[in-house]
Amino acid sequence: MMTLAELPLRILPPAVLAARRPHRMLERQWIVNRRGGWMIVLTGFFEPLFYLLSIRIGFGGLVGDVTDGGRTMPYAEFVAPALFASSAMNGSIYEATNIFFKLKYEKTYDAVLATPMTSGDVALGEMLYATFRGALYSVAFLITMWALGMTASIWAIAMLPVAMLVSFAFSAVAIAGTTYMRTWADFEYVPSLMLPMFLFSATFYPLSSYGDWQWVVQLSPLYHGVAVVRGLNQGEWAWSYLAHVSVLVAMALWGLSVTARRIDHLLLK
Amino acid sequence: MSTTPLIVARGLVKRFGSFTAVDGIDVEVHRGESFGFLGPNGAGKSSTMRMIGCVSPRTDGELRIFDMDPATQGKQIRARIGVVPQADQLDEQLTVQDNLMLYGRYFDLPRAECRRRAAELLEFVQLTDRATSKIEPLSGGMKRRVTIARSLVNEPELLLLDEPTTGLDPQARHVLWDRLYRLKQRGVTLVLTTHYMDEAEQLCDRLVVMDGGRIVAEGSPRSLIEQHSTREVLELRYPAGTNEERAPDVAGIGDRSEVLPDRVLIYAHDGEAALAEVHARGSRPESALVRRSSLEDVFLRLTGRSLVD
Repeated sequence: MMTLAELPLRILPPAVLAARRPHRMLERQWIVNRRGGWMIVLTGFFEPLFYLLSIRIGFGGLVGDVTDGGRTMPYAEFVAPALFASSAMNGSIYEATNIFFKLKYEKTYDAVLATPMTSGDVALGEMLYATFRGALYSVAFLITMWALGMTASIWAIAMLPVAMLVSFAFSAVAIAGTTYMRTWADFEYVPSLMLPMFLFSATFYPLSSYGDWQWVVQLSPLYHGVAVVRGLNQGEWAWSYLAHVSVLVAMALWGLSVTARRIDHLLLK
Repeated sequence: MSTTPLIVARGLVKRFGSFTAVDGIDVEVHRGESFGFLGPNGAGKSSTMRMIGCVSPRTDGELRIFDMDPATQGKQIRARIGVVPQADQLDEQLTVQDNLMLYGRYFDLPRAECRRRAAELLEFVQLTDRATSKIEPLSGGMKRRVTIARSLVNEPELLLLDEPTTGLDPQARHVLWDRLYRLKQRGVTLVLTTHYMDEAEQLCDRLVVMDGGRIVAEGSPRSLIEQHSTREVLELRYPAGTNEERAPDVAGIGDRSEVLPDRVLIYAHDGEAALAEVHARGSRPESALVRRSSLEDVFLRLTGRSLVD
């Protein structure tokens, strides 16, 4: 009988399980960013600021209160956590395009794999960096939310680890997808996946508004992130979080395992 | 010191789909040796090197490095080798110095040790003044030297060099050969691929000649020349396009002859004597040159084709 703890061992390829040095990829990125690269972090502050301001100024007054899952809240408090989760998703997907560049043009990983580093180290390391970058944005976002009075509870702080999981899960899947990209033109498909996910993950109106089509919304991985952070912002704890988090964890494991295999396939021919 | 060879390959095969890049080769490389794979593009040299470097799984046959199996102990093997890949693969986002230091970190060396070795290696490849330069503005020869410095950061017992001087100008090549020669003197085992004769003759104690994924000859440069060629070669050039029709004029002179599109080669122990006989027969080539036999001649003899196309 397999226990739950053994499950990742069954799913993940040996390359990931043998990963001992993923932090070296973070170290690499640290050296790269040391020379001015940290500007990208600063630019990360603007996105939430503009988003949240637009809601504060306009939508809030226009829409009034929203009822979601039996709880009524001001629209700003309803929508801000969803934007927070979306921003975690966006950040990690942007980072994935950098991976394409390093994989295809700069050939950064070829030389790395000639050392004791493995494809699992590279895959996990790059995902951790994407997550780290996403986390910095999330902190900025949360501070902005708080400053604009859009946090409803002290538990809003718990939204951060969830954002990190969202970042990791999306970066894992996005990087996995990136390994299948042949040219930059293939990236044209990315917005056609991201935009509907952004708009229809119960981001701007409650799940109940979708009527019979709620199951479609629940297929969106972003929805599961939104559901948890929205609840946490209200200081609410629910068993359903476990299910939502499981979806994100499954995504992360799947993306990680595909990426390690693909790096093996592409670079270790 | 162990007497087990550093590298042992038996019936080593590499296939990409239906294409066979390496077709069952047997190789042994011993500690302290300088070993070469000589052959034209597509002979299977790089595929062999990648298998030895544990970045390409073998399709068939046996391969052991440091008496370990690359399929299961790749990490341990890679920890003890240095690799100079054909396309430098330097990290373009980093400076010269950071390239070396970070590479040391991939081998788990402490930061201070990485810094010390980076400085020492930049000195060794004469690039100390470029330490803080980015990679992009460096010349081809400089990039190559950075790559060599990088490959030495883990103080490897075995250094793999895939076409170390391809694309470099003559001066840069000589600088590089000098550095590799010093490494050899320090006892580092060198394994290199090349399609340059002079490089193989300069650097290799022993080499194999590869063609179409197979080994066609093996030995020291000297013994290969003795075995498959003559001491000297007389090169005759007739007016363009007439080499073929003039060849019968000089038939039978020397041990044998080879007619190429641009010249006729006469293999003889005494090149001057052969030239005297050409003149005695009344044949007047546009130019004539007597030179020592080289590995190029060995390759031509073994495969019927010249090496660099």
